[in-house]
Amino acid sequence: MQQKKTAVCFDGVARHFGEVHAVDNVSFEIGDGEFFSMLGPSGSGKTTCLRLIAGFEQPDAGHIAVHGVNVDGVPPYERDVNTVFQDYALFPHMTVSENVEYGLMIRKVAPGERRRQSREMLALVKLEALGDRKPNQLSGGQRQRVALARALINRPGVLLLDEPLGALDLKLREQMQEELKSLQRQVGITFVYVTHDQNEALAMSDRLAVFNHGRIEQIGAPADIYEHPATAFVAGFVGVSNICEGGLAQRLSGNPQPFAIRPEKITMTAANEPVPDGWFSVAGRVRAVTYHGATTRYAVALDGGGELAVMRQNNSGGRPAAAAGETVRLTWPRNLNQLLGGPA
Amino acid sequence: MRSKSRGAGGKAGLPLKLAAAAGVMFLHVPLFFIVLYAFSTDDKSFVFPLPGLTIKWFAVAWEREDIRAALSLSLQVATISTLLAMALGTLAAAAVWRSRFFGREAISLLLILPIALPGIITGISLRSAFNLAGIPFSFWTIVIGHATFCIVVVYNNVLARFRRSSPALIEASMDLGANGFQTFRYVVLPGIATALLAGGMLAFALSFDEVIVTTFTAGQQTTLPIWMLSELVRPRQRPVTNVVAVFVIAVTFIPILMAFYLTRDTHEVAGSGK
Amino acid sequence: MSAAAARGPLVHRISSALYLHPRLFLLLLLAPPLIWLGIIYLGSLFALLLQSFFYIDDFSGNIIREFSMATYGQLLTIANADVFIRTATMAAAVTIAAALIAFPIAYYMVRHASMRMKALLYLAVMLPLWSSYLVRVYAWKLILAKEGIVPWFAQQLHLTWLLDAALSIPVIGGPSLSTSYIGSFLVFLYIWLPFMILPIVAALERVPASLTEASADLGATPRETFRKVILPLAFPGVVAGSIFTFSLTLGDYIIPGIIGNSRPFIGQAVYQLQGTAGNIPLAAAFTVVPVVIMAIYLLVARRYGAFDAL
Repeated sequence: MQQKKTAVCFDGVARHFGEVHAVDNVSFEIGDGEFFSMLGPSGSGKTTCLRLIAGFEQPDAGHIAVHGVNVDGVPPYERDVNTVFQDYALFPHMTVSENVEYGLMIRKVAPGERRRQSREMLALVKLEALGDRKPNQLSGGQRQRVALARALINRPGVLLLDEPLGALDLKLREQMQEELKSLQRQVGITFVYVTHDQNEALAMSDRLAVFNHGRIEQIGAPADIYEHPATAFVAGFVGVSNICEGGLAQRLSGNPQPFAIRPEKITMTAANEPVPDGWFSVAGRVRAVTYHGATTRYAVALDGGGELAVMRQNNSGGRPAAAAGETVRLTWPRNLNQLLGGPA
Repeated sequence: MRSKSRGAGGKAGLPLKLAAAAGVMFLHVPLFFIVLYAFSTDDKSFVFPLPGLTIKWFAVAWEREDIRAALSLSLQVATISTLLAMALGTLAAAAVWRSRFFGREAISLLLILPIALPGIITGISLRSAFNLAGIPFSFWTIVIGHATFCIVVVYNNVLARFRRSSPALIEASMDLGANGFQTFRYVVLPGIATALLAGGMLAFALSFDEVIVTTFTAGQQTTLPIWMLSELVRPRQRPVTNVVAVFVIAVTFIPILMAFYLTRDTHEVAGSGK
Repeated sequence: MSAAAARGPLVHRISSALYLHPRLFLLLLLAPPLIWLGIIYLGSLFALLLQSFFYIDDFSGNIIREFSMATYGQLLTIANADVFIRTATMAAAVTIAAALIAFPIAYYMVRHASMRMKALLYLAVMLPLWSSYLVRVYAWKLILAKEGIVPWFAQQLHLTWLLDAALSIPVIGGPSLSTSYIGSFLVFLYIWLPFMILPIVAALERVPASLTEASADLGATPRETFRKVILPLAFPGVVAGSIFTFSLTLGDYIIPGIIGNSRPFIGQAVYQLQGTAGNIPLAAAFTVVPVVIMAIYLLVARRYGAFDAL
């Protein structure tokens, strides 16, 4: 067990609030220097796990270790962990510089040295000129960077980020995603990132964990999770997927076990086109066509019952490949089926 | 076309304006007359119109030993009661804000009781309690009485401010390495400072003016309101009483104005929940 | 193994202990104010209530500490019942008058005043509220005195006959304004008025402008809108204010002592009984009555939504 290489280790951790099991027997490890995301819908337990690492909650069962050190009963101010909060939590009565220097001030670092480091940090997050402003004079994006600087200046072993980009508009969010990713590579600190936005998680993480009802359904690299979802929940939550169960599964694949197939993996052809060897095939009628700019989605009602969603890139002009009501044939390679088990 | 700076009803009709103005004047004109009478040359009665104007009564009032003693006592009592109320009120507000616990509503009710029940009930209760416990009436019994009903004033103000702040700030401070005490000093206290101060000012004004509970909890001591009460019942020098009244108006106006000023930018204006 | 929590200076350790045991922390926070209020205040209230079940021995004048309803029985004598009726009637009159005067002020403040004017009016209502009670009572002694301001104004306006007529009304009149019920009524009204204004303001503020607009949109005249939409919504504020005016009048003993005739109100009766008469049980019994009245009043007020308007 290479404890030194593990940044965070959860071992059978549980946390309940009354009847609700916010975190239910969760075990996993986060590697040193990783960008690790915890993804899931609201109430899935991801934020509670983050707070358990930070020390704002104590586990009801199990153990948590940060860089090999067990942190049971250790309050947040004695952990080598810093947090970027969802609403930034900047101290309103202090200037930006004073906010950033707070951690150093508490540790009794000399004022001159504090100043130097905070200027360095503000430059790193590209806010050099704003040291003397108060938080209420900053925009959302700027506040977010101050929160980041305030946490990073303490050189924590692990940096926790609680949905930090939620309040920003789309363009700014995408820009910040890139910046955060490159910042993490630059400073080399382990980032633990909580989000409900699966696009964000897929784009930024080295590895991610998908949470549902207090448990982890799947953990792995983004491509693995997207291409090979282990459960119906993961298939449906991460990206869009067709989920075929029971009778439909039996009809399509000859096997009653549920499976998932991504809409973009399905080929839609005219009804009389030949089917390649080893590919599944089913006929149907286009029920609805939705235009999404780069792609077009088709809802196809299958002969014999059930429906599948198909997505195609709009490579040539904006005309849809098939109109509503048309008869089409759907085919896809056998090996792209993802067989689904129950929750992990 | 409605002016943005007006209330929802737009411009008011004349009868409403007159009624409102009359009401407000009803509130303030009597105080104006007191100030006027402080300058009257007549020292026997409340004759109107005033026979003449003079400022000599101010000097006379200042010379009076009993007035100076009463004033000094009132100031001391008010100061200490306010400090006690500020400490206890903040503790209670912090407790009620932080957690949901059994009896939370009961605590709020308990805190408001000393000010909600008629003063005479509070006064008699405290008096019999002191009697039973064998505590002689003194400066400290007065202070205990005052602090008891001043707590709620501070509590209301500080709780309102807590409610508008974010618990994440405390977590952020601890996350950055500050323990509970450091967090209180650097983050919590600056956040509630103006509300605490405003509550303190109101408590001061309340204590400085209180007469009913004081009558029951004082021994031989005379605070300024007690002095005034005895003058009202058995007047010695009427104009001097007027001068003292003017002085009291000034002394209580100032803390109120300051409390209002300190919280005017916020939604919770200090004192509106008396 | 949590070595971390055992390290560090004492302050740190205390802080950690408190952090990890939030219930203990809560207890420590609450203990001082609770002890103060719970023991000192509640305890003495209870002691007072207890006393009302004792009684005074007629011969020795001592308080007999035995449970008895004799003292409560004394409350039912004509002389004492009179006190209750007198006080309650005055409280009711003051409450109604206060509501009538306060409402236009509150209405103007909320619905017609500009931001600046509203802040000024707010201040104008709060300053008297918090400034000295005694001084304000004293001001009225000046104003109502026989040779004072009101009679002089009456003279100038040739309305002395009106003043005399008012003073000669039986029961509420008297030799002069400052020794009559009319005088006490005016002073009570003056002193408690801000307590009525503020809750009405709060209640009116909770009426969104969109409601009056919707009412107008559906065809109601301004008067109808007022009667059918605004007034019912503002009523809880009036009830909330009435709690204050009613209860404060019930318990007050200073104002009727300074301005009014010599027939006692509840507050004065209690004061006299516990003072020179030394009849604590009866005094206690007397105080229980307004408390019971107010408890009933509060229950009724609660049904009218007054607690939401406070």
